[in-house]
Amino acid sequence: MRTDLQIIEQWIQPGSHVLDLGCGEGALLDYLQREKQATGYGLEINPDHITTCMSRGVSVIEQNLDTQGLHNFEDQTFDVVLMTQALQAVRRPDHVLDEMLRLGREGIVTFPNFAHWRLRWYLMSRGRMPESETLPYKWYNTPNIHLCTFKDFEALCHRKNFRILNRTVVDGEQRDRWLSRLWPNMLGQVAIYRIARQED
Amino acid sequence: MPDSLPPDSVGIVAPQTLHFNEPLALACGQTLKAFDLVVETYGQLNADASNAVLICHALSGHHHAAGYHRMDDRKPGWWDSCIGPGKPIDTNRFFVVSLNNLGGCNGSTGPSSINPDTDQCYGPDFPVVTVKDWVTSQAMLADRLGISCWAAVVGGSLGGMQALQWSLTYPDRLRHALVIASTPRLTAQNIAFNEVARKAITSDPEFHGGRYYDFDVIPRQGLMLARMVGHITYLSDASMGEKFGREMREQAYQFGYDAEFQVESYLRYQGERFSETFDANTYLLMTKALDYFDPAYEFNGNLARALSEARCEFLVLSFSTDWRFTPARSEELVNAMMAARCRVSYAEIDAPWGHDAFLIPTPRYTDIFTAYLDRVAREVRA
Repeated sequence: MRTDLQIIEQWIQPGSHVLDLGCGEGALLDYLQREKQATGYGLEINPDHITTCMSRGVSVIEQNLDTQGLHNFEDQTFDVVLMTQALQAVRRPDHVLDEMLRLGREGIVTFPNFAHWRLRWYLMSRGRMPESETLPYKWYNTPNIHLCTFKDFEALCHRKNFRILNRTVVDGEQRDRWLSRLWPNMLGQVAIYRIARQED
Repeated sequence: MPDSLPPDSVGIVAPQTLHFNEPLALACGQTLKAFDLVVETYGQLNADASNAVLICHALSGHHHAAGYHRMDDRKPGWWDSCIGPGKPIDTNRFFVVSLNNLGGCNGSTGPSSINPDTDQCYGPDFPVVTVKDWVTSQAMLADRLGISCWAAVVGGSLGGMQALQWSLTYPDRLRHALVIASTPRLTAQNIAFNEVARKAITSDPEFHGGRYYDFDVIPRQGLMLARMVGHITYLSDASMGEKFGREMREQAYQFGYDAEFQVESYLRYQGERFSETFDANTYLLMTKALDYFDPAYEFNGNLARALSEARCEFLVLSFSTDWRFTPARSEELVNAMMAARCRVSYAEIDAPWGHDAFLIPTPRYTDIFTAYLDRVAREVRA
């Protein structure tokens, strides 16, 4: 399992009811079901990923966040709503975050950090839109239409009055390194945040 | 006559009639004292009887779902594309049971059967049976076959409703329910189409209040019309367009009222053929069973509450161009399942054939069907 998923897994209580937005092949849900007696659903639009989920016994629903939204779920239905590496690809990340915390007590989000030093260097030295292992696309064909930095994300959380319960970063090899923890916005490649609404 | 059958066919199969001498109390308040069910089975039941799959048929379906009755049969069973060795419902692994439902006209007790009380055909006196009644009779069949828990109950359209009903009536007697191109309840438009079909039949002068057997006639015109209008709702605008377009039988307009467009003669042919093989009273009964199906009814319309009893896992599939039971109807069902915290997977399959798509193997449909049932098979060690 990817390092970011291993980190997320530690933040999920046994028996949680989980919604995974963009669940891919269902690796995380599969693990949570087996090891943590979690229940819940993955939403996915990739047909091959959907079939893989079905064959491994992960409950998967074909649903497009951009066109269908999440109106079909009632408030506070889930303990945790997850979205790994998909925030930057949705049409309105701010709306999705609102929805995540409407449906769930907590939200867990991971996304690539656009302020990583390699990307900064790429743009500064070449004057071209950065490409990297985590962002292997051209500007015109990338699904990542809303890239942001850690600072941007935290500013949004602040504006929306979300609480940041945990944050961690991993580097390109998806390792949790002390150096990237020290200076995350420069050295972290993937951000992992656990957020909740402010308590009244 | 072909001298060999396709290698992925279940081969030559023979139906068997099972007699049930136990009373069956029906939703309408009447009781059937005894009844017959015609059944076909494919594959072998394993030692712990854990690999059984029940196939539930749709409006005009029957027990002959796969294989051939004779070497010279023109066509195999109605779901042969999905049932057989190596097919999605793999008969090398599963023991597949397919029946003709009560009220049918293919051998199971129905309106055209002899009423033991009168020694005449039941005709209109045959009670209206519901999806729930079918499921009850199917459970009696399961008992007879020594199956305490189905690995899966599978059905498309009206068959999907039976799979859903199984999960509510006998939550502990199935592991999986596959609800394909179905709906948790009919819409007003669905009921309206059924009513047109019924009116076509009952207003045929040869209908004789449903006692046409006594007059040695059948309400041919009515049944034909019913099938024609039904058939339109099974196809999509696009698939009809592709198949027929505005193609004509003659070069020029005839300025008359005979079938000139190919689509007209196709519909007439389908209707005529159907009217020769299907019983009008059964058609009335099946459409009524469709109209009445509404598991949420007893729960003040709250489908999620109805589903809170379900224990099995669900696979729900819809087809993009199905306008009879649209993807939105399947999604309504899936949302209620999720609200009830059922284990459910859902996919909307892109297919141009309208409602009939559930009978036509397309790559994605076959992939999903195969992947899902492979897991079911692994689960029951089949």
